[in-house]
Amino acid sequence: MSLIVAKDLSKTYSVGEIEVEAVKSVSFAIEPASFVSFIGPSGSGKSTLLNLIGCLDKPTSGTLTVADVVTAGLTRKEAAIFRGDNLGFIFQDFNLIPVLTVYENVEYPLLMVKNAPAEERKKRIIPLLETVGVIDQKDKYPSQISGGHKQRVAIARALVTNPRLVLADEPTANLDSKTAFKVIDIMRKMKDELGITFIFSTHDQAIVGEVETIFSLHDGVLVGITSGKGRDDV
Amino acid sequence: MSKLIKIAVRNLFRYKRRTLLTSSLIAIGVMFVLVFVAVAGSFKYMMVGQITDSMLGHLQVHKRGYVASIDSLPLTLNLTADEAATLESALGQIPEIEAFSSRLKFGGMFSNFIETTNIRINGVYGEEEIATLPLFPSRVVEGEATIRKGEILIPELLANGLKVTVGSNVVVIATNRDGSVNGRQFVVGGILASVTGPGGRDGYLHIEDAMEILRLDEMEISEVAIRLSDFGRLHDVNARLKQLLSPELDMQGKPVFDVRTWEGLSPFYNIARMIDMMTFFIRLMLIAIVLVSIMNVMIMAVFERIREIGTIAAIGTLPGTIRSLFLIEGFALGVLGAVVGNVLAWVVVAILSISNVSFNFGRETGLVLAPRLQVEDMLLISVIVIIVSVVAALQPAIKASRMEPVEALRHV
Repeated sequence: MSLIVAKDLSKTYSVGEIEVEAVKSVSFAIEPASFVSFIGPSGSGKSTLLNLIGCLDKPTSGTLTVADVVTAGLTRKEAAIFRGDNLGFIFQDFNLIPVLTVYENVEYPLLMVKNAPAEERKKRIIPLLETVGVIDQKDKYPSQISGGHKQRVAIARALVTNPRLVLADEPTANLDSKTAFKVIDIMRKMKDELGITFIFSTHDQAIVGEVETIFSLHDGVLVGITSGKGRDDV
Repeated sequence: MSKLIKIAVRNLFRYKRRTLLTSSLIAIGVMFVLVFVAVAGSFKYMMVGQITDSMLGHLQVHKRGYVASIDSLPLTLNLTADEAATLESALGQIPEIEAFSSRLKFGGMFSNFIETTNIRINGVYGEEEIATLPLFPSRVVEGEATIRKGEILIPELLANGLKVTVGSNVVVIATNRDGSVNGRQFVVGGILASVTGPGGRDGYLHIEDAMEILRLDEMEISEVAIRLSDFGRLHDVNARLKQLLSPELDMQGKPVFDVRTWEGLSPFYNIARMIDMMTFFIRLMLIAIVLVSIMNVMIMAVFERIREIGTIAAIGTLPGTIRSLFLIEGFALGVLGAVVGNVLAWVVVAILSISNVSFNFGRETGLVLAPRLQVEDMLLISVIVIIVSVVAALQPAIKASRMEPVEALRHV
C-alpha cells in the first residue's frame, strides 16, 4: 500500500488580486521506504508539493493521503500531532534552534513533541549522533559547528522520532559538494536501515543522481516520473 | 515544563542587552514603587501615630449627636453616669482595649486677670489620659505632664498670647448647662505644644475640677478615648464595640452611643487616603511600564524568531506549547525585574533608614522618617508585575502559536 497518494492535487495562492496556481492537478503515489525527489526549476511547485505532503499547507482541490490519513481535513493541532508522529523535516538552512546544543536540538522532538522519558531519549539520541557523525559535537551550539555538521544534526533531529517519512527541502543547497555527498549518503543509509521514506525537493544533481525516483515538475504540472540511478533495479 | 523554562530563559539571554534593559526598567519601576510605598507608609503611620497617641486615641465613643456639634462642645449631649457605666462595662469585655480615658469637655474663657480669651477644656484623669495617649507627656514643653487638682495644662498658643508661664495664676470661666456662669482659679502646671486644628486651643485639668466648674452633682462624660493593644485590630474592635453597645437605645429607639475610629474624627484621614490614592496611581504607572516594555520585547522576540517558530511548529510542537514558550519568557522577565527591584528597594530603604532623614509636620519638628518595607507590599508588587508581564506576553504568544508554519518558514 502506498505511503503517499495524491489525486488531482492543486494549490492556488492569492498574491494580491492575482491567483497563482503553484500545483496543477498533480497525481502520483510514493511507496514506503522510497528515496525520491521532486525536481524542477524555481517556481515549478516542488516546495509547495513538499509543504502539502508535510501538512504544512492545505491543497486547494484534490485529495492527498499521507500514511493513510487524508491531510486536508486536519485541524492545526491535529496536523501538528500528525507531523510529530509521522514526519521528519530537513531544511535548506538547517533551522536548528540556536539556544539549544546539538544534543538538545536532536532531543527537542522527543521531549517537546513525544514527551519521551530521559532514559529513552538518551538511548535514541546517542546512537543517532554517532551514525550521523556529530557525537563529538554534541555539547556545542549550532553557531559553533560547520554547515555540514549542522545538516547532520538536522538529519538526526528529523530521524529521532522514527518517522515514516522525511521531507528534505533543498538539503544540500548550502553545503559544498563533498559534504553534500556525505549527507546524502547518511540519508541513504538511514533509508536502507530503517525503511524510512525520504522525499527531496531539489535541483542539486548530486541528489538527483542518488534518488530512486524522480518527479519532474514544470509550472506546477507533473511532467514526468523517471527512475534514478539510486534505484536498485536500474 | 522545565525544558520550556530552560529554552525560554536561554532565549532571553540570547538578546542580553535587550533583556538587561527591559528587566532594568522593570526593576527600577519596582524599586521606586516599593520605596515610595515604604516612605509614604512611614509618613502616614507616623502621622497617624502622632494624632492617635497624642490626642485622639484609636477610637472614641460619644453620645449620639455629639460629634455633629463637637465644635461647640455641647453640655447637653454628655453621657450620664449610668450610660458611662454601661460603656465602661462594654469596654471591659474587649480584651484588645489596652486603656481608655473619660473626658468631660466644655468651652470656656481663660483669663490671666488682664486679658481673656476662649479655651477648650478637657477634664480628665491624668493617669487614664496618659495611658491612652502615650505621646501626651511629650507634648508638655514646660512644667510637668501630670494633671493634678487645682492645676491646668494650657496650650503654648495661649501661654504665649497671654504671657502666662508655669506657676502663673489663671482663671477659667464657663457657662453651666442651666445658663449660669461659674469660674475657678487655677495654677498653670504645664504648657503643651500646640497642635494643628481645633485641638490647638485644648487645655487640660482634673475631671473633678471640671465637674466643679460646671456645677455637676454627678459625673458626666463628653467622650471616651480608647487605646488598643494592636492598632491592626482597629476595625474589628470598632465593630465589636458597636455590637456590644447596640442594645442601648434612647427614648426614640435610636442608639445612645456613637462609636468612631480615629478615621471618622480627624481631617488627617483625608491626607492618609490621598497617600493611599497616590500609592495606587504609582502602582498603575508601574503596571503601564511593565505592560509596555514586556509587550514591546515580546513582539520583537516573536518577529525575530518567525522562522524558528515555523521550524518548531513543523517538527510537531503543539500551538499551546509555542504559546507557553513565549508566556514563560514574559513571566521570566517579570520575575527577574521583580526580584532585582525588590533587592534594590531593600537597599535604598536600608540606606534611608540609617540616614535618619527628618522632616517637620505642622509644629512637630525633627520627625525622623523610618521607612520600612512590608513583606505584603513586596509580595503584592511582585505578583502584580509578574501577572502583568504574563498578560503583556499573551498577545505576542498567541500570535506566535497561530502562525501558519508554511508562512513562518518562508519568512526571511
